[in-house]
Amino acid sequence: MLSLKHRRRVNTLLLGTLAWGVALAIFFPIFWMILTSFKTEIDAFATPPQLFFTPTLENYLLVNERSDYFHFAWNSVVVSFGSTIIGMLIAVPAAYSMAFFETKRTKSTLLWMLSTKMLPSVGVLVPIYLLFKDLGMLDTRLGLVIIYTLINLPIMIWMAYTYFKEIPKEVLEAARMDGATLLQEIWKVLLPMSKGGLASTVLLSLILSWNEAFWSLNLTASQAAPLTALIASYSSPEGLFWAKLSAVSTLACAPILIFGWVSQKQLVRGLSFGAVK
Amino acid sequence: MANLTIKNLKKSYGEVEILKGINLDIKDHEFVVFVGPSGCGKSTLLRSIAGLEEVTSGQIFLDNKEITELAPAKRDLAMVFQSYALYPHMSVRKNMSFALELAGQDKDLIETKVTEAARILELGPLLDRKPKDLSGGQRQRVAIGRSIVRHPKVFLFDEPLSNLDAALRVQMRLELARLHHDLDATMIYVTHDQVEAMTLADKVVVLNQGRIEQVGSPMELYYHPANQFVAGFLGMPKMSFLPAEVLAGDQSGVQIELASGSQVHLPVSSEAVTRGSSVTLGVRPEHIQVTGKHEGVFKGRLDVAEHLGSDTYCYVKTDAKENLTVRTPGDFQGVFGDTVGLNLDLSQCHLFDDHGQAIHKLSRSAA
Amino acid sequence: MNTSVLQADGINSSSEREDSVMGIAKQNAKISRYMVSPSVLVLLLWMIVPLSMTIYFSLIRYNLLYPGENEFVGLENFHFFLTDEGFVAGMGNTLLLVGAVLLITVVLGVLISVLVNQAFWGQGFVRVMLISPFFIMPTVNALVWKNLLLHPVSGVFAAIWTFFGAEPVDWFSEYPLFSIIMIVSWQWLPFAILLLMTALQSLDQEQQEAARLDGAGPWALFYHLTLPHLARPIAVVVMIETIFLLSIFAEIFTTTGGGPGYETTNLAYLIYSQALLQFDVGLASAGGLIAVVLANIAAFFLVRLVGKSLTEKH
Repeated sequence: MLSLKHRRRVNTLLLGTLAWGVALAIFFPIFWMILTSFKTEIDAFATPPQLFFTPTLENYLLVNERSDYFHFAWNSVVVSFGSTIIGMLIAVPAAYSMAFFETKRTKSTLLWMLSTKMLPSVGVLVPIYLLFKDLGMLDTRLGLVIIYTLINLPIMIWMAYTYFKEIPKEVLEAARMDGATLLQEIWKVLLPMSKGGLASTVLLSLILSWNEAFWSLNLTASQAAPLTALIASYSSPEGLFWAKLSAVSTLACAPILIFGWVSQKQLVRGLSFGAVK
Repeated sequence: MANLTIKNLKKSYGEVEILKGINLDIKDHEFVVFVGPSGCGKSTLLRSIAGLEEVTSGQIFLDNKEITELAPAKRDLAMVFQSYALYPHMSVRKNMSFALELAGQDKDLIETKVTEAARILELGPLLDRKPKDLSGGQRQRVAIGRSIVRHPKVFLFDEPLSNLDAALRVQMRLELARLHHDLDATMIYVTHDQVEAMTLADKVVVLNQGRIEQVGSPMELYYHPANQFVAGFLGMPKMSFLPAEVLAGDQSGVQIELASGSQVHLPVSSEAVTRGSSVTLGVRPEHIQVTGKHEGVFKGRLDVAEHLGSDTYCYVKTDAKENLTVRTPGDFQGVFGDTVGLNLDLSQCHLFDDHGQAIHKLSRSAA
Repeated sequence: MNTSVLQADGINSSSEREDSVMGIAKQNAKISRYMVSPSVLVLLLWMIVPLSMTIYFSLIRYNLLYPGENEFVGLENFHFFLTDEGFVAGMGNTLLLVGAVLLITVVLGVLISVLVNQAFWGQGFVRVMLISPFFIMPTVNALVWKNLLLHPVSGVFAAIWTFFGAEPVDWFSEYPLFSIIMIVSWQWLPFAILLLMTALQSLDQEQQEAARLDGAGPWALFYHLTLPHLARPIAVVVMIETIFLLSIFAEIFTTTGGGPGYETTNLAYLIYSQALLQFDVGLASAGGLIAVVLANIAAFFLVRLVGKSLTEKH
């Protein structure tokens, strides 16, 4: 029989190969999408689909042609960053207070906030739609920003709370004894110490807002529509612009993919509502 | 001037009363140690003085000015935390200058102060390092340095040595004593280690379950404990306690009978005791002598002998199943199971009534 | 020893400013109130206002095409919704969708996360590839699958089928719901993998070594040590996925529009079509409430579990 060491190495090799196989299979659609974005429309629609072809950049260069890509991308950016910034401004003080001035009601308040995230958006589609209609907020970036802030606020508070909890109370007490006011304590000691965790919180909020595909589809038309809506419009049978679709999709997904890769470990906390750490 | 006075301080967390009425006077330049077992309230007391905990009732005065409700930074106190609580994102220099910068002091003045503190604590070469690059002892010195630059009226230390290894602890103890001498400041120091209390303090405050058991100099508490708790808390190894019954008492002392049947006569006041009342005899290891098994006041069987080299501590079980700790010379030859005779230095023994209170000695001896 | 530089200079002397005299307790209470109330207020509004409006709407007759005829009709809307031909199909599809995706993602998630937990060459890169689908926009996801992969003529699947000599499948025509299931599973599998991978990191190494010494083979290790350790995270995955899978919308919207017929309509899409396609606000609101109730059931268990982990972690 093979020696233990030899067997282990074969095992690892087999497992490794299997793992690679599975990963490549799962990643394949994304790979194919990126590949297709470099094809001409004819190549993209070819039967059978081509693995080798002459690449072209025309889809990227003309990305603005069919529809105003930059307009939609800008909407995505404004809405994601806007809701994240406003969200953090509300969330950080709340998380600070709950982490360092815990009262009897803190835990239940936190859980209640989380439960609002579990409310299915579709349940309130009607009133929100009508409300926005009456207030003239349909198809506005402001409207989306407000909605996104509301749906992401619980997670932001939650994540910030768990990261603040990890900061030893005594360091903040030392700052207090050194003469720091509340604002100085937060700005000069707390935030620098928790900047890693807060960065993950910001990233998660950006990812969730960028990819949000319910309100963005229902509350916008053309003015404020973000990239999710732009892509959805490619489904109309206007023409089979597969290559262009791939290019637009790649562009739309690239930043979030990178965000996700970079912060995968930290995101688990927020994604699992803290139940997995 | 830095005189601290505490009047009837009480602190409760909801239903639980942690501090049950503390009255204390601390004089300028004193090194005061709060000592006691876990949960006795010593840290809570310190933090209340610092302003990090709110008091339920009572008052704290610093130089006759009430500070009970003041914010911590306004009390002119500085605290060294058990975990040092250094700012991890700031350099050593910045850690020490933070408070002064917050107060808006002149940059050059800050620089001078930091340099001076660094010199006293030998932190010069470390000034630009971050806390994570420092050893435990170095971090602790930075924590102390942070307090020194503010030149507060009172220094507060919350178990500063408990995170250090044994050798470092001894070294830092000496440095702290030296620091107190050099700075000539008032220091309040919290610890559960009675060795630190004995070696560092001018005044020891023994706390138990939220109350002060006794206040006095280390020697005072060691030789004249006010009650059984203090007697058993200070001194290593612990004082041995033997239950006894009073037989008779007069102006020369009190005659008691031990469980083993032996009778001893102690030179203590007979006022508070009556014939038949239960008392407890307390005797320190260094005040018991081992003799031949047919001599001595009573006998016992040797259980364990701990040879430390300089001394040997023998754990003896008497016929009446009582436990005694005896200090013997380093070359003691006793073996497990040996029967030994024991003699007591009666003038050094303590007698406690049935409430654990010490019964007065007729003449004060030693320290 | 010269310590004159450190002599008192008044930086710590108390001033007579108001806040210095304010009690610490009162300060704390003030802080807590000010800092938390905005978020509480905002979320309270977010919860109460739309929800109460939904309740109100569900009890009246309200169709956007006939404004003004808003009389109270009690539970009539609920009755209509529940007996609507789309409802039974919608509910069935919802349950099928959620159940199938849960099954696929959890089973594959466990297997893959365990597979990837061993060290091998390029492990980091493999992990990155595995979690990628989760970060793709749902609409992109839907169209990439519909067009590039599942298209019966030019899709990759068609090419593979032809390669093996079989007739390519027109997925969206023949198996519409299954196509949706495939798309959604692909998107959510990384979620399960990510959470389970993280949970596996905290597996007790010493326990494993002790078991190996006791003679446990890889299957025994998996069954008796790994699986129980993963029980909690799996529960979390199931609960969170359930909550979000109940409202799957974008994929259906972008590919099938609920059809053919009602074959890919789930509860969310049904409500949407009632509200924004047929403009029957009353009916849609009734449906919305039903969705809320369903989600609440799953949420109840999840909140309990999160609450437990809250108290034990801290």
